[in-house]
Amino acid sequence: MIRLENITKAFQTGTTVTKALDGVDLNVEKGKIYGVIGYSGAGKSTLVRTVNLLERPTEGKVYINDVELTGLSAGKLKKTRQRIGMIFQSFNLLKTGTVYQNIAVPLKLTGVPRKEIDSRVKKYLNIVGLEDKRDTYPGQLSGGQKQRVAIARALAHEPEVLLCDEATSALDPDTTESILSLLEQINQEFGITILLITHEMHVVQKICHEVAVMENGRVIERGRVVDLFSKPKTPTTKRFVQSLFQDDVPELLVKKLESKGQIVTLSFVGESSGKPALALLSKNFDIYPSILAGNITQLKDEPFGRLVVHLEGEETETRRAVMFLEEKGIGVEGYVQEVSTHVS
Amino acid sequence: MSARVSEFIDLWGADIWSAIIETFQMVGISLFISVLIGLPLGVLLVLTRPGKALDNKISFRLLNAVINVIRSIPFIILLFFILPFTKFIAGTTIGVKGVIVPLVVFTAPYIARLMESALLEVDRGVVEAYEAMGIKTRHIIWHVLVRESRSSIVLGLTIATIGLIGATAMAGLVGAGGLGDLAYRYGHLRYEVDVMYVTVFLLIVLVQGLQSFGNVMAARLKKD
Ligand SMILES: Nc1ncnc2c1ncn2[C@@H]1O[C@H](COP(=O)(O)OP(=O)(O)O)[C@@H](O)[C@H]1O
Ligand SMILES: [Mg+2]
Repeated sequence: MIRLENITKAFQTGTTVTKALDGVDLNVEKGKIYGVIGYSGAGKSTLVRTVNLLERPTEGKVYINDVELTGLSAGKLKKTRQRIGMIFQSFNLLKTGTVYQNIAVPLKLTGVPRKEIDSRVKKYLNIVGLEDKRDTYPGQLSGGQKQRVAIARALAHEPEVLLCDEATSALDPDTTESILSLLEQINQEFGITILLITHEMHVVQKICHEVAVMENGRVIERGRVVDLFSKPKTPTTKRFVQSLFQDDVPELLVKKLESKGQIVTLSFVGESSGKPALALLSKNFDIYPSILAGNITQLKDEPFGRLVVHLEGEETETRRAVMFLEEKGIGVEGYVQEVSTHVS
Repeated sequence: MSARVSEFIDLWGADIWSAIIETFQMVGISLFISVLIGLPLGVLLVLTRPGKALDNKISFRLLNAVINVIRSIPFIILLFFILPFTKFIAGTTIGVKGVIVPLVVFTAPYIARLMESALLEVDRGVVEAYEAMGIKTRHIIWHVLVRESRSSIVLGLTIATIGLIGATAMAGLVGAGGLGDLAYRYGHLRYEVDVMYVTVFLLIVLVQGLQSFGNVMAARLKKD
């Protein structure tokens, strides 16, 4: 559906050149919710903006439905953009227009027939749950309501793709939840492919099928969300996963326990597989496992759990136990004390 | 008292009335033409900026320079300075007709600047959202830029109109009449103090009324 090939974007400010994107490939399948996560300045916004060519890449090609956008004329590009919705962190609504006008004006300007405009506005206001606000100005709406209007505005063009640039970053946690649910609903009901960027792992966890992690203009890791959660490879990804689980163990305790056996982090998909495996461990091996911290959280389609466990026992026995756990499909990693290099 | 008032009206009423009409004519016509020229120039000033839709260094710098040059010249000098140009455009350099050209040359660049600053206030994000929806640049100009800044535009036009009223006071020098001219000729040159007071009073009322009207309109158009 969306295919980016070797996208590079360099910004020139004065004499310095910033490479915001450095050879990024991305492939988003139809009907998927694809997340791109990274710290501030990683190049996420630039990336999502190259998809509809708000930012023209210095190098590389952008395809949507196998049509190369980078090769289209200005007129054709405008037509294609009408099928690509976009929502923003700052909502970007007309202050001088009512909710109704905010949805209707762009429809009118893209040549939707008058009669159809009215029915479309009603339909999509209904979907985002704001029928009763149609004559209200954005100044009188909450952040979440504004984002709903922006979503209705995008949907009213009946797009195939929806791009979201930090769409929930300006919202409080509850509102974020409700907007994420709305996006998920849109994805399921209309089959709209969603590419969203965020700096919050929570967003990825809640609604994404797949995710790419960005750093310094490159994608450093990508895959199914479950895989990234259970086997994060890069330190950045590990830190993002860590940010969801408050499973820090006090330093003194770690020092004390490590003299009597290894501390490991176990990750498992599905709620049931973790604890029974630990029970088997103490039965089959000369090991006393004790849980130091733990958390089970809901990924988009399945629960995912992480336990920090102390395995008290001999080294060889511990090694065998770890192998046993891995055979059961449980991710095992040495516990690393989280240093306070925190998320910006 | 009332005898004096009716005597004054008998004596000066007609002159004052025609001066009011002349002022309104000069202001109305030149404001209209100035907006027609100034609004597009203001839009051009915004769009030819680096990074904007019609990014064009040469046009931007040229336009900027021309506007600055004209705006540096006081109206009274401009009035005489461009006499040949006025003659060429209007066919005459005297009367209301002869003063419209210099008034427009004086006001249009001012309005262009006011438009420019009003349009620059519009949130870049909204423009971007409309670009992302595949909407044509000319539609974005009207339906986003001008629409979103209409409150500031009205305030700017109010200021421009008041400036115009001030400039018309000097139009008497080319025989165009108006309230300013009346106050100057009778009040100053012939020392008819009453006439001067009344015209000055009328000018104050006019300017006050205009500013209040502009403020109310601007507040109404603003929706946040
Ligand atoms: N228009 C621009 N001009 C110059 N530099 C830019 C521009 N946009 C982004 N950058 C730079 O590109 C890098 C990536 O920015 P961005 O894509 O906004 O990151 P993110 O969205 O991940 O925070 C940053 O270093 C930023 O300063
Ligand atoms: Mg960003």
